[in-house]
Amino acid sequence: MRIGIPRESLPGERRVAATPKTVPQLLKLGYEVAVERGAGARAALPDAEYEAAGAELVDTVTAWGADIVLAVNEPSVEELAAMHAGATLITFLHPRENPGLVEALQRAGVTGMSMDMVPRISRAQSMDALSSTANISGYRAIVEAAYAYGRTFGGQVTAAGKVAPAKVFVIGTGVAGLAALGAANSMGAEVYATDVRPETAEQVESMGATFLNVRAAGDEQAVSSDGYAKQTTDDYNKRAGELYAEQCPKVDVIVTTAAIPGRPSPKLITAEMVASMKPGSVIVDLAALGGGNCVLTRPGEKYTTDNGVTIIGYTDMPSRLPGQASQLYSTNLVNLLKLATPGKDGQLVVDFDDEVLRNMTVAKDGQITFPPPPIQVSAAPAVKPAAVADRQPEAVKPPRPWYVSFAVVGVLAIALIALLTFAPASFISLFSVFAVAVVVGYYVVWNVTHALHTPLMSVTNAISGIIIVGAMLQLPKDNPAIMIIAALGVLIASINVFGGFSVTRRMLNMFRKA
Amino acid sequence: MVLLETARVSNFINATFIVSGLLFILALAGLSKHETSRRGNAFGILGMVLAIIASMVSMASQDTRTIAWVLMAVAMVIGAAIGLYKAAKVEMTGMPELVAQLHSFVGAAAVLVGINAYLEHPHAEAFSMYEMWIGIFIGAVTFTGSIVAWGKLSGRIKSAPLTLPGRNWLNLGALVAIIACGIWFANGGGWLPLILLTVLALLLGIHLVAAIGGADMPVVISMLNSYSGWAAAFSGFSLGLSVLIVTGALVGASGAILSYIMCKAMNRSFVSVILGGFGQETASTAAGPQGDIAEVDAAGAAQLLRGAEKVIITPGYGMAVAQAQYPVAELVKKLQAQGTQVRFGIHPVAGRLPGHMNVLLAEAHVPYDIVMEMDEINDDFSDTDVALVIGANDTVNPAAMDPGSPISGMPVLHVWEAKKVIVFKRSMNAGYAGVQNPLFFEENTVMLFGDAKASVDAINAALPALEPAS
Repeated sequence: MRIGIPRESLPGERRVAATPKTVPQLLKLGYEVAVERGAGARAALPDAEYEAAGAELVDTVTAWGADIVLAVNEPSVEELAAMHAGATLITFLHPRENPGLVEALQRAGVTGMSMDMVPRISRAQSMDALSSTANISGYRAIVEAAYAYGRTFGGQVTAAGKVAPAKVFVIGTGVAGLAALGAANSMGAEVYATDVRPETAEQVESMGATFLNVRAAGDEQAVSSDGYAKQTTDDYNKRAGELYAEQCPKVDVIVTTAAIPGRPSPKLITAEMVASMKPGSVIVDLAALGGGNCVLTRPGEKYTTDNGVTIIGYTDMPSRLPGQASQLYSTNLVNLLKLATPGKDGQLVVDFDDEVLRNMTVAKDGQITFPPPPIQVSAAPAVKPAAVADRQPEAVKPPRPWYVSFAVVGVLAIALIALLTFAPASFISLFSVFAVAVVVGYYVVWNVTHALHTPLMSVTNAISGIIIVGAMLQLPKDNPAIMIIAALGVLIASINVFGGFSVTRRMLNMFRKA
Repeated sequence: MVLLETARVSNFINATFIVSGLLFILALAGLSKHETSRRGNAFGILGMVLAIIASMVSMASQDTRTIAWVLMAVAMVIGAAIGLYKAAKVEMTGMPELVAQLHSFVGAAAVLVGINAYLEHPHAEAFSMYEMWIGIFIGAVTFTGSIVAWGKLSGRIKSAPLTLPGRNWLNLGALVAIIACGIWFANGGGWLPLILLTVLALLLGIHLVAAIGGADMPVVISMLNSYSGWAAAFSGFSLGLSVLIVTGALVGASGAILSYIMCKAMNRSFVSVILGGFGQETASTAAGPQGDIAEVDAAGAAQLLRGAEKVIITPGYGMAVAQAQYPVAELVKKLQAQGTQVRFGIHPVAGRLPGHMNVLLAEAHVPYDIVMEMDEINDDFSDTDVALVIGANDTVNPAAMDPGSPISGMPVLHVWEAKKVIVFKRSMNAGYAGVQNPLFFEENTVMLFGDAKASVDAINAALPALEPAS
């Protein structure tokens, strides 16, 4: 089958759904790849590189006419019209917000798979484009904030006076929030964060930030079943509002990330809170697409309020890092196609028994398949402890009662006494040497450190060459046969003696301390 | 002269032998710590020199003919040349083969000495005859067993276990026949039973080791090490030489303890390893967990390592096969240069020889104080950012923690507790035990496919270059 990569037509969009790095991976899955001319130009990915990677360069209509179209944004009416029945479109479709688009796909007979519908389960992580774009948005939010903020983020003591670090407050610590925390922290800011899900506190602290708890009780369970934060109760909102109101005058930068898929963004920052902020402060509203977490946010715009607070409501954050965003997104697509191309033969198989593919597919074979049946997953590690408990070692074998080993030793002792009683006298003295040597060897060898087990073997090889003594003592005989065999024994044993000691020496010289 | 009185000479010889034995004990004791290990080897050499001098004094006191002296000198020079050459030339990855060869030499020497003892005293007492044939028997099994082990390790013989029908009955039958021949021999049977039992013992050695698969080689090598010691000890009994007995007993005990440690590390009984055939029946049932794996390329792995504060590397036989120890050592240097704490976790049966990984890492100049044993490091994985699994499989398999798996109860390195695990692997094939490894499907695991050496080299290339040492 043929994959088409069109140039995104949405104004301002710089991303592309395949890069010269992912094209060979698509080819490896058995597909042909047709890239529209100029598709990657705005992400600094020139056509020549696509061509070198094995893609064919085509025009707009041909790209949309492919069997599988990989895109970033929702298709326009014309673009959808260029697709043929039975083709598959994989992109962000936002089916909850866009029921009309789903119907249009159904009428066109196009199978639609929406990248924002990848379920949040472990094995789908590699296809989770929302996470990979959120990561970039979070980073970019801090870059934009730093640009708009008229001071440095990091604190310093200089000859020209002390510079206090900027205080950054991140609301919502999903992927975007954590990325923002990391970026702000690495620029030297003092970082604070909060989230409805108290279990994220640990992650926040791992990013070097301080977690601020929404005060007081209620046994509210914000742990969610689908991996996203849920809408919260009024009481909770009131208490959270108090926290925000308290922080606004103190901090220099606020990043809000509380977006709920398919619903308007909750209003967290009121006009009064903005008014309480210091002039020069910055708010970056990553939920601007759903209307914004701040009531004053103007989606898609950056402006400064009367009291000097800059509010950034860009809705195209990922597109502002087009090279990186394209790379991550196109890798998500490759991972998805790996899953949907079981034969690696260039044949796309949308298997509805696979919950990832089922969940993503909004229209197939002229049928609307949205919304999908619910899958219960959890991002919370509630299941883990049980699994750990299962891994407890099985019951240890009860130790054998003492009299068993006593009996065994007793029988052996009697047998040994019987044997030695009937043995020649010379044997008994030799045997006593033997017995003592075994015991000494046992204790000495247990002390040998594991790391030196190989040298131990080679040194025992060398000393078991002591048999050379036996062979040498057999040499002074008159029988030529004995002499020759003894000489042969000396030869073989010398290999051991010399080889063993010298290889041990060689090895031991290699071991050194840092 | 007083010194040359026969009684004095005999006393001198015996005294020297006793001192040699004590020095050998000191040699093994020295290996308890890295710091004293070189001293230990020197004690061993001193003990051997004294023992050889004592033997020469003994030869001199028996007015040995010139031809015997010449033969001895020539044999010793040839043997020394071969030994030194092999020792200087051997690659550290080839240590298992060399050790196996050296075992076979001890076995062969024991057979020769035993046969000579019979030539010398064809009409000894029955009890001495028993000592002779038991020495020959153990020596012969060691000899051929070690040759087969060497062949398997060097790839000259297929490493898969040979499973003849009724192989345990074959072994038992051979053993009974050997004992029967031995009794016949001790009661004046002459050459025929001796030759018969020698041939049977040689065949038994071949069959015993042929039935054991490649990854059980650490146990087999340790076991043959032990046998070579017992063979020397029994030669000592038949010649009446206490120094042979002491040394043989030391070596025998050492090999036995190593075998025990290796078996414990695989949670297998010694008997089940010796009976062989492991890895055969289970290979076909390599079903088990399936799922999606996440792949990463060298650049991605380098990225993960760049951000890591604590890294643990767990190497396995795959590192030895790919000769990846030098690139791994370079990787360690680069990571340490960026401030990352790097340590190694070594499973007792990693490789084909006890302590094999330690020797390889030492060869590549990895300092031994960052190379940890399994028990020392297992609790630290949860606190580790990235665990690198280089050419290991069964020794890092979480299935060992669950009942019902063929490797249940085997102690393993808990790499999956690290935040991220990068597995270097050639393909998705199951490990030696034929058990699918759920580690590969864990969500914090990424797979880096390809030759371990090439992959580590690629990561090194992707990391910033080291500043030249000033």
